[in-house]
Amino acid sequence: MTTNKGTPLVELRDISISFGGIKAVDHVTVDLYPGEVVGLLGHNGAGKSTLIKCLSGAYQADAGQILINGQPVEINNPRDARTHNIETIYQTLALADNLDAASNLFLGRELVSSTGFVDDSRMEAETRKIMARLNPNFRKFNVPVSALSGGQRQSVAIARAVYFNAKILIMDEPTAALGPHETQMVAELIEELKKQGLGIFLIEHDIHNVMKLCDRASVMKNGQLVGTVNVNEVTDEDILGMIILGKTPEKAA
Amino acid sequence: MTDTTVKTAKEPQTGAITRFLRATEIDTRLLGMFGALLLIWLGFHLYPGMRDFVQAFWAAITGGGGSMGDAFAMLNPLTIWSKGSFLTAQNLWFLSVQSASIGIMATGMVLVIITRNIDLSVGAILGVTGMVMGLFQVEFLPQYLGLGHPMIWVLTVILGISVGASIGAFQGSLIAYRGIPSFIVTLGGLLIWRGFAFLSANGRTISPVDSTFQLLGGGPYGAVGAVGSYIVGAIAIAAILFLIWSGRQARKRHDFPLRPMWAEVTMAVLGCGLVVGAVMVVNGYPWPRGILRQQNLPEDTYVSHGFAIPVLIMVAVAIGMTILMNRTRFGRYVFAIGGNPEAAALSGINVKWMTLKIFALMGALAGLSAVIASARLNSATNALGLLDELYVIAAAVIGGTSLAGGVGTIYGAILGAYVMQSLKSGMVLIGFDTAVQQIVVGTVLVLAVYLDNVYRRRAK
Repeated sequence: MTTNKGTPLVELRDISISFGGIKAVDHVTVDLYPGEVVGLLGHNGAGKSTLIKCLSGAYQADAGQILINGQPVEINNPRDARTHNIETIYQTLALADNLDAASNLFLGRELVSSTGFVDDSRMEAETRKIMARLNPNFRKFNVPVSALSGGQRQSVAIARAVYFNAKILIMDEPTAALGPHETQMVAELIEELKKQGLGIFLIEHDIHNVMKLCDRASVMKNGQLVGTVNVNEVTDEDILGMIILGKTPEKAA
Repeated sequence: MTDTTVKTAKEPQTGAITRFLRATEIDTRLLGMFGALLLIWLGFHLYPGMRDFVQAFWAAITGGGGSMGDAFAMLNPLTIWSKGSFLTAQNLWFLSVQSASIGIMATGMVLVIITRNIDLSVGAILGVTGMVMGLFQVEFLPQYLGLGHPMIWVLTVILGISVGASIGAFQGSLIAYRGIPSFIVTLGGLLIWRGFAFLSANGRTISPVDSTFQLLGGGPYGAVGAVGSYIVGAIAIAAILFLIWSGRQARKRHDFPLRPMWAEVTMAVLGCGLVVGAVMVVNGYPWPRGILRQQNLPEDTYVSHGFAIPVLIMVAVAIGMTILMNRTRFGRYVFAIGGNPEAAALSGINVKWMTLKIFALMGALAGLSAVIASARLNSATNALGLLDELYVIAAAVIGGTSLAGGVGTIYGAILGAYVMQSLKSGMVLIGFDTAVQQIVVGTVLVLAVYLDNVYRRRAK
């Protein structure tokens, strides 16, 4: 269990964001320490994805602060997030279906040769290397990712996040579209990345996965934070209670 | 006619052909387009001979005169071939010149359509930049530089491309930053710029243009001649061989599977064969007598035209645009935006800025096409480029650019431009009137897109 002493890797402090008068995220504060997995839970529309998009640069918060290693930072677009080593695996995977795996992996960060042209061969070679580690059965390097299975597409999206030495990883329902075998692979990967000291925000609906993978869980309801609990101090019933009733268990911090 | 036009070479391949295609990695769609183009060319060439036969045959059986034997004598392949005027060096040379302006704009339209936009204003941009250039080089510059000054054409071309790019950038900014759909912005542009083209000189025709500028439109003097064409051909062959060699080296360096040697050789032979053929065609079209007399040459002198300058400009644009699309980040982002705009934005690509740049590039290419079109006519009129937007879009779409976005090639658009132009000039050559031409071109466009859909579904 993480001790959570010292400076958090990420702190989202008092974040608010609203769309057309509806408060999607209402004064929410969550934090994340190195080597820790924090689950973000809640119903659809509870504001988890919106909150996390403030960190990945897709949205800008109306109010609140983002701190990385204790320093306040400005994240105005996905590029800013990437410079802070924040990588995101979106629920939709955010792949350009008409491009191959290598082009997707390096999208926005293409390797270029000394002449300034994109170096497709080197990108493919790098892609082969990382895929050999993540998904050894992956063979389809020269076809558009639209021709790949759900699991293969997922592994391309994961490779993109892992390749660039992320320190902070955001995973939005990474196992939603996967079979049991591939889900197990993702679970093992999360364990491995944790050991390497990454901090991971995991948006997850499956309570079983939360109990298994997360160290802490922050539950949201109607845009507000219900509470944050240490997963090994509560039962799955407690967490479900938080999600459904918005009720914090007594023994939780 | 329509049945001989587009891609009939799409039968399921078996055995040797499949192996050949896989080893050479030839785009089967490209092959289909080449086949379609050849069919169109053959159709137009054989049409006059076949028509004569049918007429004589009809006359013989209806008793309108002439015997059956005479009619069937017309079926002699040599007779039929000799009656055709499409597959002659002269016609193919003109075809190449006529396609240049549409071809150049079609390469830009590919980018626009790949990113799920459309540009209906290219013909009008061509018209207004043509007028601006006409006034600039005929009525403005000579006052300061003197008539025939060598800098006139340079300044005019720079102005034309800049004006085109500015108009494109302006339209692009409305589309990207003001959120107005490209269809509306450029539909408005189609009317607005055409209106400006008229107002700029109150409907006058500006003619003649600067004599050096005129060379950019082709014509006997606006071509590089026999020696020049041999040099162009030699460079092209060297480039093809180098590309094949360096591709092989790159695959070796990264331990990717190599193409079999025979496939590489076949590709080299095919590529070089095309170049040699093109050189032979353009050098096979000599100056007509009138031009020889103008030059005080004996009437039996054989002076080849060689590649026309507008064609070389188009080839340069096509190469440049292909490199842009396949080897630069810019091109990669164009495809990414077309494939998934949201994913592109999440990857840190500035989609709005890209959109503006793409429309500016389209405008610049329309400006360049205006150079060629007005130079070829030796005049600038407000009707220059009328309906060009439709031919440009048709060329891009026939060339395999998907209106759903994300898919398209530059070489496809160039081939598409040739298909469109072949149909147009072929039908003029065999004497179809404008109404029939429109019907055929429209039919071919719809049919081509349908066949493309069928092909894509099968290819999956």
